[in-house]
Amino acid sequence: MFESLSERLQGIFRTLRGEARLSESAVESALREIRMALLEADVNFRVTKAFIDRVRERAVGQDVLRSLTPGQHVVRIVRDELIALFGDAPGGLRAAKSTPHVVLLVGLQGAGKTTAAARLARWMARRGRHPLLVSTDVRRPAAIEQLGVLGRQAGIRVFDPAGEADPVARASRAIAEARTLGFDAVIVDTAGRLHVDSALMGELQAIRDAVHPDDALYVADAMTGQDAIRSAGEFNRHIGVTGVILTKLDGDARGGAALSVVAVVGVPIAFVGVGERLDDLEAFQADRLVSRLLGMGDVLSLIERAEHVVDRDEAARLERKLRADDFTLEDFLAQLKTLRKLGPLEQVLAMLPGMGRLKDLAGASPDERQLNAVEAMINSMTPGERRSYRIIDGSRRRRIARGSGTAVEDVNRLLRQFMQMRKMLKAVGAGGPGGGGRRRMRQAAAMLRGRGLGA
Amino acid sequence: MGLFGSVREGLRRTARQLLGRFDEISRRADAPERRSAPVDAETADALEELLIGADMGVAAAGRTVAAVTGRARRGEPLRDLVKAELLSILQGASRTAPPVGDPTVIMVVGVNGTGKTTSVAKLAYLHRAQGARPLVCAADTFRAAAVEQLEIWARRAEVEIIRGREGSDPASVVFDALAAGKARGWSPVIVDTAGRLHTRANLMQELAKIRRIAEREVPGAPHEVLLVLDATVGQNALVQAREFMAAAGVTGIVLAKLDGTAKGGIALAIAHDLGLPIRYVGVGEGIGDLVPFSAPEYVDALFENSWEGGRPASQR
Repeated sequence: MFESLSERLQGIFRTLRGEARLSESAVESALREIRMALLEADVNFRVTKAFIDRVRERAVGQDVLRSLTPGQHVVRIVRDELIALFGDAPGGLRAAKSTPHVVLLVGLQGAGKTTAAARLARWMARRGRHPLLVSTDVRRPAAIEQLGVLGRQAGIRVFDPAGEADPVARASRAIAEARTLGFDAVIVDTAGRLHVDSALMGELQAIRDAVHPDDALYVADAMTGQDAIRSAGEFNRHIGVTGVILTKLDGDARGGAALSVVAVVGVPIAFVGVGERLDDLEAFQADRLVSRLLGMGDVLSLIERAEHVVDRDEAARLERKLRADDFTLEDFLAQLKTLRKLGPLEQVLAMLPGMGRLKDLAGASPDERQLNAVEAMINSMTPGERRSYRIIDGSRRRRIARGSGTAVEDVNRLLRQFMQMRKMLKAVGAGGPGGGGRRRMRQAAAMLRGRGLGA
Repeated sequence: MGLFGSVREGLRRTARQLLGRFDEISRRADAPERRSAPVDAETADALEELLIGADMGVAAAGRTVAAVTGRARRGEPLRDLVKAELLSILQGASRTAPPVGDPTVIMVVGVNGTGKTTSVAKLAYLHRAQGARPLVCAADTFRAAAVEQLEIWARRAEVEIIRGREGSDPASVVFDALAAGKARGWSPVIVDTAGRLHTRANLMQELAKIRRIAEREVPGAPHEVLLVLDATVGQNALVQAREFMAAAGVTGIVLAKLDGTAKGGIALAIAHDLGLPIRYVGVGEGIGDLVPFSAPEYVDALFENSWEGGRPASQR
């Protein structure tokens, strides 16, 4: 597995602790590691080379900030330079020249265009827009049908003029349809094609000239290798790409090809696909992808998500209950539900630094089914049992197990874990209002926010 | 030209760029005044860039360069050394023919969007062309319209298909397909599975379950588990291959979409690091565009150019 870059650098610099300046030899060995990490993340060979030269220039002879170790310092330089490379243009769509706002999606086969189309529609709908979807993919078997199904799942209208087999006509009729029916955006999905296929590139140009897109987005797989530059470059040359949608970032791909595309082709990243659900499309933010590229986790995204789903009043209520030693199975269930609202557990864990390696430990990967079982068990309890777990005796345990389709041992385990959790929470919450526990939590959060370096 | 003619044709389109550079490198290295000198740092560097640029990965590229540099001897052209080295990597991967069963069961797995469904249909067509009576099993019950896609392909390939409803348990579809295969003597049964990211533990377990069902229904099944990789994929494919080997017992690689663009160098890295052989390559969009892999022809295709005449075409 890939070792995270920051960890590697820590290793190199462990022996150099306390040095006030970055010596040339220390920087050189760090740069070797950085080069390796970037190449393993599929950053283009030449981009890597140029980048390393820049970092070298900035790093050698610099004073090390007092708050950082030399390793952290180099990572910070790398991080800053990477972010600078991506530029600070915000992700998302451009301002439309007219209504409807037309978005054209292009790319190679299997990059995830059709899924991206439905997700982009959802993204726009969440912002109060009314997008209309249309597929012009008359080549791949069942592609039009796939978009239809996704549209239904996403609650987005899909325009499908039956029997119309001309991609250009499908697209321009969709624009007319949107004008008639009052949709303020049209997302045009296209057939996947190779950038060397000149006939299909011609077709794409014809579609573009018919619909005059405000955004022409190149959909790229985060797992793409070194060829990304060439294909993105060709699409850009033929179509005039305005941005990139980077898909399948929910795996463990580093997405280094994206960096190359930005650096070489000069097209910004507009969106990233981060999960399997239709809402898992986010406007691009450079600092997050850079953290990921360097294997530093994506704590910011996690905090943002948590802020979405955690109800502040509810959190305050829980805290009061904790202090009053009044944490019940009902509260436990509520917490569990909040946690699950963050997304699939694996996805949540993947955003934490260092969690990448958790997967290597046998049996350590989270099992959604276990959580389902816990929910079922608590749901099978009477309100009285949920409020005071102590009354749950042997016969009640048997009933709960039957009711939830689990075994008595599972119920025992749940109760044992719950008791342990109570004990732990009591210890944390014992500091009183604003006490040690809360302070510690705040410190931890600040640490994650401020200096995720080397975390 | 043989079967691999089409691969060569596909590779040629963009290989030209690569080869042009390789010509340059080897011309420099093989120039008469330097023949007796070892490969210099500049040449080694350029060679490394070339190999990494073909997605071969830092490790495999580094070792290839080291091996070539170490072995460079007077009079031996650099190009031959590199070819020999790459060939030995590919041939080092285990190459025993997969066992057959009654019916033979072939599982096709991979992450989303690599070309599994298309490869399944092409593979069925290939078997039918060789006189077998294949059955395809549409066990991708997750992706919208995946079953419909395979149905259309199966019609083109003129092979039988067993399908499940969207959202149904893929293992039950596999069960049905194996029963049908046994009852009617259709073999091989080629199972299309839903694309899944290798980081999703529960989805990977679903593959293990499909595998168990196959093992239970047909002795020795699945006889072959093919991991489909997009030829443009980068270094993440190594992680993918490891995870799919662990969960589904992958026995070989299908390198899809090799036409036109990428070199599929990742296949070399996988052969090198994991010993997984490449079984088939997809070289076009037609139903007949999947061909068995041949290492010598692949390496030849990778390096075939106008050098045969002794000089690059541009100098003739």
